[in-house]
Amino acid sequence: MQTTASVPPARGSALTDPKIRGWAFQILAVVAVSGLGWYLFQNTQTNLAQRGITSGFSFLNNSAGFGILQSLIDYNQSDSYSRVFLVGLLNTLLVSVLGIFFATLLGFILGVSRLSHNWLVSRLATVYIETFRNIPPLLQIFFWYFAVLRAMPSPRDSITFFESAFINIRGLYLPGPHGTDAYPAFIASLAIAVVASFVIGHWARVRREATGQPFPVLATVVGLFVLLPAATTVALGNPFSWSFPELRGFNFVGGLVVIPELVAITLALSLYTAAFIAEIVRSGIQAVSHGQTEAALSLGLRPRLNLRLVVIPQAMRVIIPPLTSQYLNLVKNSSLAAAIGYPDLVALFAGTVLNQTGQAIETIAITMSVYLAISLSISVLMNWYNKRIALVER
Amino acid sequence: MNTPTTHTFKPDLTPPILSVGAVGWLRTNLFSNWFNSLLTVFAIYLIWLLIPPIIQWAFLDADWTGASRADCTSGGACWVFIKVRFSQFMYGFYPEELRWRVDLTVILAIVGAAPLFFKAMPQRLRYALFYMVAYPLVAFWLLNGGFFGLDEVRTSQWGGLMLTLVIAVTGIAGAMPLGILLALGRRSDMPAIRVICVTFIEFWRGVPLITVLFMSSVMLPLFMPEQVSIDKLLRALIAVMLFEAAYIAEVVRGGLQAIPKGQYEAAAAMGLGYWRAMGLVILPQALKLVIPGIVNTFIALFKDTSLVLIIGLFDLFNSIHQATVDPAWLGFATEGYVFAAVMFWIFCFGMSRYSMRLERKLHTGHKR
Repeated sequence: MQTTASVPPARGSALTDPKIRGWAFQILAVVAVSGLGWYLFQNTQTNLAQRGITSGFSFLNNSAGFGILQSLIDYNQSDSYSRVFLVGLLNTLLVSVLGIFFATLLGFILGVSRLSHNWLVSRLATVYIETFRNIPPLLQIFFWYFAVLRAMPSPRDSITFFESAFINIRGLYLPGPHGTDAYPAFIASLAIAVVASFVIGHWARVRREATGQPFPVLATVVGLFVLLPAATTVALGNPFSWSFPELRGFNFVGGLVVIPELVAITLALSLYTAAFIAEIVRSGIQAVSHGQTEAALSLGLRPRLNLRLVVIPQAMRVIIPPLTSQYLNLVKNSSLAAAIGYPDLVALFAGTVLNQTGQAIETIAITMSVYLAISLSISVLMNWYNKRIALVER
Repeated sequence: MNTPTTHTFKPDLTPPILSVGAVGWLRTNLFSNWFNSLLTVFAIYLIWLLIPPIIQWAFLDADWTGASRADCTSGGACWVFIKVRFSQFMYGFYPEELRWRVDLTVILAIVGAAPLFFKAMPQRLRYALFYMVAYPLVAFWLLNGGFFGLDEVRTSQWGGLMLTLVIAVTGIAGAMPLGILLALGRRSDMPAIRVICVTFIEFWRGVPLITVLFMSSVMLPLFMPEQVSIDKLLRALIAVMLFEAAYIAEVVRGGLQAIPKGQYEAAAAMGLGYWRAMGLVILPQALKLVIPGIVNTFIALFKDTSLVLIIGLFDLFNSIHQATVDPAWLGFATEGYVFAAVMFWIFCFGMSRYSMRLERKLHTGHKR
C-alpha cells in the first residue's frame, strides 16, 4: 500500500521543528563543552605561568637521577625520564601478566569447585569467593605486604621449601634458569611445535568437515610439545642450568629474586580477581541449559565429548566478555602497587617523576593514556571477538 | 459364593540404611565415588590446617581487656588495640563533644529512609524526592556546621568510617543524575551529543581510580582560577563522582536497552515529547531493572573509597593503617587489617545479599 501526499505536511514554527531543535541542541552542547575546555585551558595557562612551569615534553630527555627497586631492563640513575617510563610500564605489565595468569588458574578451579557435587568442596569455594571479593583489594595488598611479608624472618632464618626456594623479609628467592648453548635449539623446537599444532589443528578440522573422520588433535599436540623439546634436550644437552639461591653472609646470592612488593601485589590481585573469575565461570557453565547436555547425550556423544564439544564452547561465549573486563580491572588495580612502593607506572611516573619535575599535566596525561590505550585496545579486540562468536540467529 | 479376595499390599521395605539419613547424605554428597572421597579428605585437611590456628589466635589466645600494649601478653590477637582506637576508627579526628552530630546524621538517614521500604506508604515517590533533596542539606549542616548555630568542623578533621560513608554515599548520589544523563546521551540520535557522552564514559572507564585521584589532587588546582582553592575532600568527591558517573551510565544503558522498542513507540504515539517519554515511561522501567546493577556499582565504590589513602584522607582504612604504624602500637598490623577487613566485609556482603534479593524480587516483569 502506498499513500502519496500531494500536499507537504504542515510545518509548525521553527521552535518546535525536531530537526532544527536537534541541531540547536547539538551546537549548544558542543559550544558548552568547548567553552568549558577553553576556560580550563586559560586557567591552567595562567596558573602555570605564575608558577614558572614550562609545559611540554622536553623534560623526558632529562636525567632522572634516582634508583629504581626493580627493573626488567638495564637502568641506572643517569638514564632519562623516558627510560623511567619504560621501566614503569614494563613493571606494570609484569604484575598484570602474573596476576592474570594466577587469577585465571585459581578462578577456573574455584568456579568449577563451586558447582561440584561434593558438598564440602562447593561450600569451601563459596566461602572463599564471598570472603575475598568483599574486601577491598588495597586492604588485601597491605595485609600481605605489611602484616605477612614484613613480618617474615631475617635471611638467616628463612622459611625454605625443599632447600631450593626461600622466603624472608627481603623477598622470595627461587631457583633461576640460565640458558646454555642448547637453549636456542630448545626454543626453536618449541616454536616448531606451536606452528605444527596450528597446521595439524587446521588440517584435522578441514578433514573432519569433509569426511567426518575425527583425528586425535589433542593427543598429537601434547605429544609434539613433549617429544620435540625432549629430543633436542637429548641430542644437544640440557638447555637450562639452574642456579640455586645460597646464603652467603647476611643475604642470599644467585637464583631468581622476587622483591616482597611484587609478591604482595601479585598475591593480593590474584586472590581478589580469582573470586570474581570464579563467579563468571560458574554463571557461564550454568548458562548452558541442561537440554543441551541431554541432546548431546542422546546423539550418542560420550560425557567427555559432550563437555568438550557442547558445554565448554557455549559456556565460553558467556564467560569471555566479563572475563576480559576482569582482566582489565586487574590491569587497572595493578596501579594500587604505588601504595606499597612497587615501582609501577603510577608510582614511578605519576609519583616520583611528577614530584621531581613538577610537570603535573604531562606526567598524569602520559600515565592515563597508557591505561586508556590498554583498555581501548582490549575492548576493540573484545568487540571483534564478540562479533565472531555471537549466535547467528535466523 | 466366593468371598471377594482382598489384595493387601505388603508394607514398604525400609530403604537400605546406607542410602538414607546422615550416612546416606554423606554418601551422596561427600563420598559418591573415589575422586569425590579424595576431594573430601583434602578439603577436611585444608579446614583442619586453617581453622584451628585462626580460632586459637583470634579468640582463645586473644587479649580483650586493657588499655595499652603492655596488656597484650598471651601471644594471640591483641584486640585491646582495636578497642582503644575504636572511636578514632569510627569518627577520625571529629571533636569528641560534637560526635553526636555524626550519630544523628546516621540515625536520620535510617529513620528517614525507612518509610521508603514500605509498599503501603502513601505518596512514596513524593516522599522519596523530598528525602533526596532535604537529607543531603540537613546532613551537610549537621556534619560540617558553620551556620544556623552549629560550630564548623573542618573536613580535615573528618575521618574513619564516617568519612568512608560520606565519600561512598555522596559519590553515588552525585553520580546518579550525571550517569543517567550520560546514558541517555549515549543512546541519543544526535551525533554530537553521542560522541561527547561516549568519549566521557570511555575515558573515565579506561583509567584507574588512583590516577583520577592523583589528577584531582594535582591538576584540579591548576584548572581553577587562582583565587579559588578547593577543599581536599571536595576534590576527592568530584573525582569520585565523575568516575562513578561513567560506570552508572553503562549500568543505566543496560536498562535502557532492555526496554522493548514498543515502549518507546507507545510513548511517542501518546504524543509525549522526549523528556516526558523518558521521565514518565522509559526511565521508571529501566531504573527498576538496574537497581541491582547500581547496588553492585555502589559496592565497588565502597571498596574503592579505601584509595583516598593515596591523597592523604583518613577514611576507615587509612585511619586503621596509620594506627598500625603508630610507635605505641607497633606490631599489631594483622589485628588492624583483620578488623578493617571485617568492617568492609560486613558492609559489602550485606549489600550484595540485598542486591541479590532485589534481583530475585524484580525479576518478574520482563522474564520470559
